[in-house]
Order: sequence, then C-alpha cells, then structure tokens
Amino acid sequence: MKVKPVNHAKAAEEFIEDTAHMDFHDERLWDLRQKRDEQMHILPEWQELRARASAIKEHTLANLPEYLEQFEANAKKNGIHVHWAADGAEHNRIVGEILEKHGARSLIKSKSMVTEECCMREYLEPRGVVVTETDLGERIQQLDNQMPSHIVVPAVHKLIPDVAKIFAEHYHTDPNDKSAQSLAWQQRLAARPVILSADAGMTGGNFVVAETGSFVVCTNEGNADLSATVPGLHIATIGIERLVPRMADMGVFIRMLSRSALGSPITQYTTHFRGPQKGSEMHVVLVDNGRSHRLGMEDFWTSLKCIRCGACMNTCPVYRRSGGLSYGAVYSGPIGAIIDPTFNERKYSTLPFASTMNGSCTNVCPVKINIHEQLYKWRRVLAEHHELPFVKREVMHMAGKLMGQPTLYRAAINSTEVALSTMPRFVLYNWLNPWGKHRELPHPVKQTFHSWYKQNRLKTKKKEGESA
Amino acid sequence: MQRAEEARALPGVRMKIGLFIPCYIDAFYPNAGIATLELLEKLGQDVEYPMNQTCCGQPMANSGCNKDAAAAEALFVKNFAKYDAIVMPSGSCTHHVRDNFDAIDQTDEVRHVRENTFELVEFLHDVLKVEDFPWAEFPHKVGLHNSCGTLRALRTASMSELGEPFFSKPMDLLNKVRGISFATPKRPDECCGFGGTFSVTEEAVSAKMGTDKVRDHHQAGAEYIVSADTSCMMHQQGCAERAGVPIRFIHIAEILNGARE
Repeated sequence: MKVKPVNHAKAAEEFIEDTAHMDFHDERLWDLRQKRDEQMHILPEWQELRARASAIKEHTLANLPEYLEQFEANAKKNGIHVHWAADGAEHNRIVGEILEKHGARSLIKSKSMVTEECCMREYLEPRGVVVTETDLGERIQQLDNQMPSHIVVPAVHKLIPDVAKIFAEHYHTDPNDKSAQSLAWQQRLAARPVILSADAGMTGGNFVVAETGSFVVCTNEGNADLSATVPGLHIATIGIERLVPRMADMGVFIRMLSRSALGSPITQYTTHFRGPQKGSEMHVVLVDNGRSHRLGMEDFWTSLKCIRCGACMNTCPVYRRSGGLSYGAVYSGPIGAIIDPTFNERKYSTLPFASTMNGSCTNVCPVKINIHEQLYKWRRVLAEHHELPFVKREVMHMAGKLMGQPTLYRAAINSTEVALSTMPRFVLYNWLNPWGKHRELPHPVKQTFHSWYKQNRLKTKKKEGESA
Repeated sequence: MQRAEEARALPGVRMKIGLFIPCYIDAFYPNAGIATLELLEKLGQDVEYPMNQTCCGQPMANSGCNKDAAAAEALFVKNFAKYDAIVMPSGSCTHHVRDNFDAIDQTDEVRHVRENTFELVEFLHDVLKVEDFPWAEFPHKVGLHNSCGTLRALRTASMSELGEPFFSKPMDLLNKVRGISFATPKRPDECCGFGGTFSVTEEAVSAKMGTDKVRDHHQAGAEYIVSADTSCMMHQQGCAERAGVPIRFIHIAEILNGARE
C-alpha cells in the first residue's frame, strides 16, 4: 500500500485556528530566538565558533568509521559495553535483550530523539517493560500519547490548562490547577518513586568523544543524571553522527548548544559519562538507522552535523505558526524537513514545501547546515522522483511552457487583466480559492506595464526616429 | 523637464540596461515598473524593456520542477544577453537568476546574464552609487520590509541572525529622500510568508504570517510599508485589506522616483 504524504498544510490550518495556543507558541519560541540573539551578542567570536563547530563535524563525518572504532576501543577499555544497531528494530532488540538479561521490568529514561525514531516504547511496553519518561515535557507528551512537538521543548505547543488536564487524568491532581510551579511539583511527586525503584535507566547522548571513549549528556532538569545513576544499569542510545574526535572539541560545542537552543549560556547539567560506577553496568548502543545512507547523499550529508539544538525551529516563522505535530514526523521544523524525507520520501514529500525558504534557519544554525538550500534541493529531488502532487506538477509544466512563449504569455496576462476588472468577485475567489481565503486579491489595473511601455516609450521612440 | 535636467547633471556611468519587469508587477503593479524605468532614465541610463520577456523561471524552479524552468530561462537569456546590465525591481527574481538559474546549459552568454543581473536597490547603491534623489520627497513614516531574497540571499541589509554590524542599502537610499522617517517593527526581518507557491499551498500559515507582519508595522506607527519586492507586498496588502489593518504599500522605486501621495 502506498503511504499517504503528511498533510502539513491542513494540520497547520487547524493549529492556527486555535488562536490562544498559536499565539503562545509563536511568542514563546520567538522569545527563545531573542534570548539566543542576546547570547550571540555577548560572544564576539560567535561566527568563529560556528565555523569551527561546522569544520569539526565535517571532519568527523568524513572520517566517521575511524572515529567510531576509536571510540569503541576506548569505551571498552573504560568498561562500557558497546553495541551496534543498523536500524531501529535492531536497536530495540538489543535494548530488550539487555533489560531481559537483568530482569528489568521498569525503565526510566531521559529525552532521546533516537528512541523516538526507533519507536522503542512501542516495542518494549508490550513486552512487559514499563517505560517512564523523566523529562517534564517529554513525560507530558508520553501521558498524552503524542510525539514530542519540538526536539528541546517537547510540549511547547501546550498551555498550562492542557497539562493540568493531563495530570488530573493520570495523577488525579486538580484539573483546574493554574500554577506551573504546582504542576511541576506534582510531576516531581509522581516521578520520584518511579525513579527510585526503577530497574534500568536510559539516556541519549549529546556528544560522543572518540579519544576518551566517553559521552556527554546535557539536560536542564538533571533527569538524565538520575536515570543514568540511580538504577545501576545505564543504557545510552546514541546516533553514530554524535561523534567528535577530541575532548577539547567540547569547548566549542558546549558553548554553542544551550546558547542556540534556549539562549542560556550552558545547560544546568553537563555530565561526562566515562564508565560504569562500581557494581553498575553501562551500555552504549550506537544507532545507524539510515545515517550512513544519508552520509552518502551528496547534497544532504551535512544534515548529519546537527547537534539537535532546535534553533532552526525557534526561528522558523512557519514552524512557530504550525506547531511541531503538523510535520507528522519525529523531527519537525526546518531540520526535520530535510532529514525526514531520508526515512520515507513519499510520506514526508510535503515537508520541504512547508517552507518559504527564507533562510533564517541556515543563519542561526550553530553548525552552519545550509538548511534552506537543502530544502530547495529536496524539492528538485522530489519532483524528479514524481513525489509532487499531480496538480502542482501539471500547473508547473504548463506554466513552464507558457513562459517560453511570449505571444501566448502576453495573451494570458491580458486575459488576467480583463478577468480581474470584469469577472464577478465570487468567480475569482473560487478560482484562486486558497489565496482569497484570508487575503484580498490584487487590485485590477487599467494597463499592464507592457502596454504602458508600448504606448509611452516605443511609440515616442518611433516618432523621434521619424522626425529625425 | 527640470527634473530630467537635474538627473543628467548627476555624475556616473551610462550603461545599456535591459529592464526586466516580473509578471506580477507587469499585471498588477505597473506603477512600480514605470517608476523603475523613469528613475533609471533620470539617472542618465540608457534603458530598454525587451517586449518579448515573460518570466525568469523562478516559480517552476522553486517548486522543484527545474526542467520546466528551462524554456523561461532560455528566453530570458535571449532577451537580455545584449545588455551591459539587467536590472529588475525584484529581489527574488534577481536571486533566482544569479544563484539558481541552472535549468539550461551554462554558456558564456548565460554566465554574462547571470553575472550582470542586479536588483534595483543594489544597482543604485553599488553600481551607480547614487548620492542624491533631488526630486524625491516623502514626508511619511514608513516601515521597511526587506524580502528574504534581498536580506539573506542578495545581502542588501544586515540580518539579525548573524549579529553583524548594521547595514541597509535600501535604507541608505531612502535616507536621501526628504521628509521620510522610519517605523521600527518588533520583528523587522521575519519573513512575511509569501514564499511563491507557498502562499497558495500553505495558505493558512502564509496568510497568518502576512497578517502578523502588517500588524507589526502598523503598531510601530508605519503609514506605509515600503519594499523592493512587490510580491511580498501583494501578499501583505491582501492580508492587510482582509484584516482591516489601515496601512498602505509602495515600492521603493516609486519613492525614489519622487512619488507623492
């Protein structure tokens, strides 16, 4: 069966109709963008840092196999078990086996986009493992049975009353609670016992350092540290692109990550994991899941430089007004629109078109991914692979033909001129229905530039020529 | 008569210029085209408008249908190869010709056209280096809208994303106009949501962005939104009229050419 492409436009329209949510979403994320700007202005070397970060990532990706092997060897020396997962299914099987071996029935985890990619919860839960998200936003999304709508602030599309309702349903708290502090406290009360009694803990990894065989996890809630250290069994699921060669490289990335993401100088917790505590086990599952395929794509491989800061989402005027869930994918926003089609071209064929290609994303990206240029390139690839809607393809084909024939084109323009001034309004609005839904049409004019020029310049020139 | 004499007195080079007028200006905003032509003439340039022009190919290329842009691009080169410079009152068309115009073989002729295509503001600012518009007076508070093509592709103004020192070629030019003042919107360089076919395929987001944009300018006290890109303004005007935001629109060429209310 053919997969249906995500209908971003429709989902976005529904999001916009809910003014209270949309306005908050837009303002909240724009505020993060402003805070990011403030941090950028504090550091005169910001552009130098971006260039350095980009160069380190490109170098690492160009030598990925060597660095991965270096990491594996060093991590093993540190007492870390290293696993390789070619895809989501293999990842889930590996994690399932580790848990089974330890008889673990409850898993607490911090936020990890890779586990979302692998649909790990959906795999583990039917096998009797209770998975509990410990990041506040991610937990809200888990309870509400929704994907994260943003890679850094997963529940940013929700308002306080939404959270109060969800907590009331699951934690039997006051459904009319209007205080964010009180709701956060309720989550704390609910989460602590689960954390303290968990059999296993899982984290992601923001950076993996080849030379030390260690990895770095950045959070603001400290939940990753609890997840990693309390149960005595720590599994870290990490995409293979998260590698950097040296510990010194952290000096570049740690300075940029939280500044780009939230406009704070650094995350509250930046934890370096180098090996298991005494009496504990530590596993790292390195996940490919399409990454090495992407690495081979000439126009798109640099998307692997992404450090998942979400700055492109915060600045994106389309994302802010459509909400992350409208992208119907694990990764939303500008970065999602260039990554998602590598997972499924047809399903995500609409996402590179959910953009005005304004280029703001590219210019806030701390690792200088040319996001809007990749969106442009994706459009070409999708058109060549026949993944454009039939009507659009036909319209463009006809327009292209028309634009090559001046006489025909002139006839068409002239009829537009006549149409706008003589046709009844409802006919026009029907014809240009999407344009006219929330906008007026341009006003009709007496004369096109073309005919004005003919009358006011060509004729004059001709006369001048005659009189000379 | 007097204005024309003033213009001829200006120093500078006389070039043979091919004028490109994008389809939506031709059909809906001829005054922006006329102002561009008159302004270049006042500045002593030898301007021609090739009558067989259609489109630069951008709509097809931006939709991914690059092959369908080939005929338009070939015709564009045929129309404009003979000029020293090709000038157009549109940032996005200039961006297409300069940066993406690759549906056809890149011959010497094509390269000449691509390298010598200019958006009006950058042509006035960088090539002609115009010092004064003695005929221009516009005693109004305006909000300047830089299209994303001019801002982030042609780089005619600084962008907030990079934290670079402020510069603005359109503002440099407008500052030479008597009586003009500027409103400062809260989000001066956020995209207005036109985006070509995006305005139709993502109608809801597009219109919301446009409405937010015109409201931002209006709350900042702008009487007019002025831009070097008519496509953005066509969209914004539609949004403003529907939402009842009382603000007017004018192309930068019209102000520089001495438009009065």
